[in-house]
Amino acid sequence: MSPHAMEEDATNAYQSLSETTDHDDPRWAFGTGIVEEAGAEVSAPVPEGVDAADLAAYCLMLGDDALIYSHRLSEWVSNAPELEEEVALANTALDLLGQARVLLARSGHVEGDGRDEDALAYQRSDARFRNVGLAELSDDLDFARAIGRLLIFSTWRLALLHRLVGSTDPVIAAVAGKGVKELTYHRDYAARWTLRLGDGTDESHRRMQDALDALWPYVGELFRTSDEETRLAGAGVAVDPGTTREEFDAVLDEVVSKATLTLPDRPAIGTIGGRGGRQGVHTEHLGHALAQMQSLARQHPGATW
Amino acid sequence: MSVAMPETDERVLETGFDATIAADQRIEPRDWMPEGYRKTLIRQIAQHAHSEIIGMQPEGNWILRAPSLRRKAILLAKVQDEAGHGMYLYAAAETLGVDREELTEKLIDSKQKYSSIFNYPTLSYADIGVIGWLVDGAAICNQVPLCRCSYGPYARAMIRICKEESFHQRQGYELLLAMANGTDEQKRMVQESTDRWWWPSLMMFGPPDGDSPNSQQSMAWNIKRHTNDELRQRFVDMSVPQAEALGVTLPDPELRWNDERKAHDYGEPDWEEFKAVVAGSGPANAQRVAHRRRAHEGGAWVREAAQAYADKQAARKNEARKAAA
Repeated sequence: MSPHAMEEDATNAYQSLSETTDHDDPRWAFGTGIVEEAGAEVSAPVPEGVDAADLAAYCLMLGDDALIYSHRLSEWVSNAPELEEEVALANTALDLLGQARVLLARSGHVEGDGRDEDALAYQRSDARFRNVGLAELSDDLDFARAIGRLLIFSTWRLALLHRLVGSTDPVIAAVAGKGVKELTYHRDYAARWTLRLGDGTDESHRRMQDALDALWPYVGELFRTSDEETRLAGAGVAVDPGTTREEFDAVLDEVVSKATLTLPDRPAIGTIGGRGGRQGVHTEHLGHALAQMQSLARQHPGATW
Repeated sequence: MSVAMPETDERVLETGFDATIAADQRIEPRDWMPEGYRKTLIRQIAQHAHSEIIGMQPEGNWILRAPSLRRKAILLAKVQDEAGHGMYLYAAAETLGVDREELTEKLIDSKQKYSSIFNYPTLSYADIGVIGWLVDGAAICNQVPLCRCSYGPYARAMIRICKEESFHQRQGYELLLAMANGTDEQKRMVQESTDRWWWPSLMMFGPPDGDSPNSQQSMAWNIKRHTNDELRQRFVDMSVPQAEALGVTLPDPELRWNDERKAHDYGEPDWEEFKAVVAGSGPANAQRVAHRRRAHEGGAWVREAAQAYADKQAARKNEARKAAA
């Protein structure tokens, strides 16, 4: 294309502004193409023999993990140590946001009360969120914390999604199919940075070890199986997270030792009467994240954006 | 960068450079170029790269609070594109013999500038739409001609950037259309935001032609293709029907169609405000630079670690090669 043709092209894009806002370009709907690509519809029927309330809750668990962690990753925008890291962290946040949108939409559909992705994201209080505690912590702009959490989260979620590719729920299977590629990249990115920080300078080694130590108490929850997961695993919809522990340990052990770091030996944070994030019992951090995330949407009840 | 050479050789090279410019051809990194041309380009490309990076702050201000997940995804993707644009532009500047680190230091020491528009705060979600519509719109008017700029790497970076910018502009406008068709409160937000951003957007084209010292040389070098006032007029003419379609009033009582000129007459921006913002005392100058400094300095230990690790890896490879030999 000649430079002049380019000028016309770009100028036309500008001038056509008020003519059309058709959503024909797939980029208008970031994160929503995912289900269509895999040929699954959010409105697909609930698989036979599966309890709809269980399925709705399970989609919330997987969706809330992605939504809340995406929110925390987005805190890095304009704060990353290098432009390449700006792009990578924002991209990870976008991937997870895309997964969250489909899973929340699926949950709302299966629940059958007319709640869409936004109703679920913006109108629930913290006790209705089903995410794990690991997703809701802030990195407080500590890059070692960001990398440690991404390594733990992506290794765990990749192991889950690998198994969920075969879910009997077509939407979960579709999200998993696309998500495996995304999470593979996230894990690779986190592993490379764990090596650089662990085997970099004395300061980066110390910071990376401190980060792993601080995060480790939140690892135990990732492998606790909720009642919904137990029932749905039996029906071929869900995976029992306990079955992914071995894979998780093997990956963490390899990366951490290669990075000249030590796997922490720290007890898991406690539950309240056996209840944790999956049952809506959260850390103090979630309420603050939601206060921020939901503030504008809640100021304008009934508005569409 | 300049190497001492006999005056006649330099004159021959300069004749070749002038001929390339006269023929409207591209100058490439290895070609000889006058020092003034190189300096002008470094200044302009760096300023442009800095604008992309600083511009992430006012828009990033709303990512965590975006009112729907779709709007959040659009905004996050847009701000990510801006980081990408910063990367291509710093890479274009690097072909002229400077590096990103050095340019970043100049930015945080306030020795180089960025677009003054980012020294205004984003105070409502309508600002996200108005930045897309007016600020990206003005940027496109400025940038489309740069796709034909005489310096090859800059022109090529601009082609890629303009394509993405025009998409951002449409997204911003689409948000405003949705809000303009929304609740009374949303309509009020769109008007209030337009009132705040209209004049600063007009200032994005720079001072009036009579008061723009660098423009003439840049036009002679085919770095700049149109004067500030020509571009500003084009922007006003494009924006008027778009404002009508949105149902917002542009805050200029002198704005009207002039049938003789076949263009809109418009009022004079407050050039005192412009000068103050350029000089560093806009509403958010100190905040923007301090934020960038905090991110850059806060990340120093990470960049040092990456360097130390790369050095260790290289040394290990060397050792292994020696052992194998």
